[in-house]
Amino acid sequence: MTGDTQHAAIVPDSVSGTILIGNLAQAWLVLALALIFGATLAGVQIFLGPIIEANKLNETLQKVPELVLGQALADKMAAENQHLDITRMALSDGAGSAGRRFYTVYEARYQGDVRGWVIKTVGQGYADKIELLLGLSADAGRITGLFILDQKETPGLGNKIADAQWRAQFIGKSVEPSLTVVKNGAGAGHEIDAVSGATISSRSVTRMVDTAVVDLRQQLVSRLHATDGGKG
Amino acid sequence: MATQPNAAERFAQGILPENPVYRQLLGLCPTLAVTNGLKAALTMAGAVAFVLLCANVMTSLIRNLLKPHLRIVVFTLTIATFVTIADRFLAAYMYQMSKTLGPYIPLIIVNCIIICRCEVCASKQSPITAAADALGQSIGFGLALCSIAAVRELLGTGMIAGVRLLPAAWPDWGVMILPPGAFLTFGLLLGLVNWLSRSKK
Repeated sequence: MTGDTQHAAIVPDSVSGTILIGNLAQAWLVLALALIFGATLAGVQIFLGPIIEANKLNETLQKVPELVLGQALADKMAAENQHLDITRMALSDGAGSAGRRFYTVYEARYQGDVRGWVIKTVGQGYADKIELLLGLSADAGRITGLFILDQKETPGLGNKIADAQWRAQFIGKSVEPSLTVVKNGAGAGHEIDAVSGATISSRSVTRMVDTAVVDLRQQLVSRLHATDGGKG
Repeated sequence: MATQPNAAERFAQGILPENPVYRQLLGLCPTLAVTNGLKAALTMAGAVAFVLLCANVMTSLIRNLLKPHLRIVVFTLTIATFVTIADRFLAAYMYQMSKTLGPYIPLIIVNCIIICRCEVCASKQSPITAAADALGQSIGFGLALCSIAAVRELLGTGMIAGVRLLPAAWPDWGVMILPPGAFLTFGLLLGLVNWLSRSKK
């Protein structure tokens, strides 16, 4: 052991330089390809990124009525050819510039009255980012809908967070007290039943919902009073 | 070194004699996971064909520069790039299908068919042979996926590619479009293919 450390200590700079050059000589193809492929992917993203964003926005706008009014009423409105007026807003949690979180919020009005809000939020799931839409009542006190826009959770386990059946337990819940995930059957009103085998994914979604509510509730309430003259 | 098959042989081998799914039993994750409908299976087969073709040709072009101990890194890098392009393309132009297939498109990166073809053929043969090999294997993969998907969708929903074929009296076998149906169908079809190829001899 002592011999090894002594040996390591006396390796001259020229030798370590040779090792570096030797490694580079072996890996130059990998490095060059990484650069070329990286540039290609950046090009693809510049070209296709806006189209993908437009697709997501489109899906969001289609989902707003269901998330605010519930499936039945949304279907009825669509059948009667009525629609909500949707305004897109950019809000943030109002914290200092370092840890500030930004949200896109959609305000849904029907015949001038605010009927609810849809908050788009992004958070870390088990495998990758989860993007979701959260529907809130006009006073931002009750959850009216939840939709998973994008997720890459484990197929068969974590991806069940996107199933309507699992999402349904959020609907109608009050935002106070904040929601918590439980593993063996939700009892109390603020409890969310985890997807079996996917506690982390379930917690991510629930935490994202809680965080968005905490960050934005006051702003949404004051916005409601400002625009509606307090009639709610 | 034994002589390598030429382009035509490579192409023909991939379709049946060396079918990636039925003969080599490779790439079974998408085979089982996305064959509950014909459209999803076709899209998956198309994405794999694109990635396989591009990765094979690319690998073949740089085959003389490959260092043996770094080749897997280069293969993975190449495959990952083309998979990302395919994934972004689907999200841009086939948004709903991209949501249906979900993580299975990014998972093409670890599909052994592609790395196997890079290793077996593309890293040793010319781009034309590599392209023929990729086409043959892709058609073989596509046929396998579509055969499984057609059986599952027909028995599970009475439809093929969304078009109703069985009479409304057909009691849809729900299990066929669920994961167990994939294993059942694949096992039976694999047995059938083996039985047919044995009885031909």
